[in-house]
Amino acid sequence: MSIATPPGSPSPPLPPGDRRSRILGGRQWEGRYSVPIAVASTVIFFTVLILLVINSPGWPEVKRSFFNVQVFRESFPDISRKFLKNVGAFMIAEVFILVLALFIAVLRSLPGPVFFPIRALALGYTDLFRGIPTILVIYILGFGAPALQLQGVPRSPFFWGVVALVLVYSAYVAEVYRAGIDSVHPSQVAAARSLGLTRWQGLRFVVLPQAVRRVVPPLLNDFIGLQKDTALLALVGVLETFRQSQVDVAGSFNYTPYLATALLFVLITIPLARFTDWLVARERRRHQAGSAL
Amino acid sequence: MTRAVAIEGVHKAFGRVEVLRGVDLEVARHEVIALIGASGSGKSTLLRCVNLLEPIDAGRVVLGDEDITARRVDENEVRKRIGIVFQAFNLFPHMTVLRNITLGPVEALGLSRGEAAERADELLRRFGLLDKRDEYPDRLSGGQQQRAAIVRAMAMQPDLLLLDEVTSALDPELIAEVLDVIRELAEAGMTMVLATHEMGFAKDIADRVSFLDEGVILEEGPPDKMFSEPEHPRTRTFLQRIIAAGRL
Repeated sequence: MSIATPPGSPSPPLPPGDRRSRILGGRQWEGRYSVPIAVASTVIFFTVLILLVINSPGWPEVKRSFFNVQVFRESFPDISRKFLKNVGAFMIAEVFILVLALFIAVLRSLPGPVFFPIRALALGYTDLFRGIPTILVIYILGFGAPALQLQGVPRSPFFWGVVALVLVYSAYVAEVYRAGIDSVHPSQVAAARSLGLTRWQGLRFVVLPQAVRRVVPPLLNDFIGLQKDTALLALVGVLETFRQSQVDVAGSFNYTPYLATALLFVLITIPLARFTDWLVARERRRHQAGSAL
Repeated sequence: MTRAVAIEGVHKAFGRVEVLRGVDLEVARHEVIALIGASGSGKSTLLRCVNLLEPIDAGRVVLGDEDITARRVDENEVRKRIGIVFQAFNLFPHMTVLRNITLGPVEALGLSRGEAAERADELLRRFGLLDKRDEYPDRLSGGQQQRAAIVRAMAMQPDLLLLDEVTSALDPELIAEVLDVIRELAEAGMTMVLATHEMGFAKDIADRVSFLDEGVILEEGPPDKMFSEPEHPRTRTFLQRIIAAGRL
């Protein structure tokens, strides 16, 4: 039942039933006509939709201000160059989030009454940063922290914007990690401890590896959100892709640059989303293969 | 005979439920004790208490001549000397069989990976699992998994091995291979306490049988006597039920 997948292969050899049922949304549609039917219905659906839009009374105006090929050509190179800044912010933030969130999650899982203050602190952290709108954290840190004029601390809005994203997303990701830790059965801990491993060794070798493996899909979900939220850095003056598109819109009196920016985000987030789906499906197949024995 | 472990007046309650109500049990070195009793009589709890996986409320457990239930005892040091095998195997699913077995020796005992692997291979060969060393547990049958779990415990070279109903989760045709492993360990002189429902097996390999009933050892003795002419009426009732179920 389990299928060997070459490492790094983007499209694993799925059994045909799985492939079809996933796209078509149900095994009952499996059959030799399922693919042509899906193609035909998709084509018809989108043809109707497009006809509706381009026949609407306001379409010529919308087309001029949102789908201007000339403006797109002029603004796209600049916007995509600035998009690298978003990707950079995303990647830097991601590394710190993965580490900080794991740390918080471990603190929250410390047992016993002695660690109550630490658990409470970790709980307070996650409650606080999940409670405040991301945009406010970015404003407060982006404008407030540089004003402190601390020695040896960067004052760039980019730095503080990324710090804000790290703080907010770590709270979410810590919860994801914690769910993973909780999902590892206590008997695994008992087995680790019975071998004379310390609590920390049990966590490190037995609990966390299993926990992290289980939460990779939800983690990637959060990272899709993070990637999008890098656009918020524009609000504290980081010249990233969204800010650039605003500049271009103001210069050309045309909204097409917004569309170009949206396109760039989608180009990154959609593959990430499909990759997540693929991981979930693979995990499910593995699980079934395991329990079938 | 030198004493391996002495359990003295051990009490254990979970909330208001008193599971162990003063258990006394002595195990000599190289002795095999079969712990029998109905489900819920406290067999598993007793074994977990000996391995310090559950703290006890009163009494003490003496390993060799050290009171391991005293304060200030390093429970990790104690557990290195007492192995336990669980009913549900509890192998680590994300590790190969070999890594399952070497984890304790490497991380807790401080052996090098090479030494630990050598030790593991020797045990795997002895118990017919050498070809499974690089497999993940979910590729193994239940019987193979349980044998691997026994090897994992034995790789720590414990003074005492606790077996907690190790065949209860297995399909009938897989039980024999696990019992063979235990039999071999008994013949090699391993000190063992096994909680079991396999009365025939207990009769076969145990030096002594202890009947645990409502949290106390009600009766104990050599298997011949325990299974043929038990003294206590409750022991008799229990064994009659077992016989009626065709398990003896």
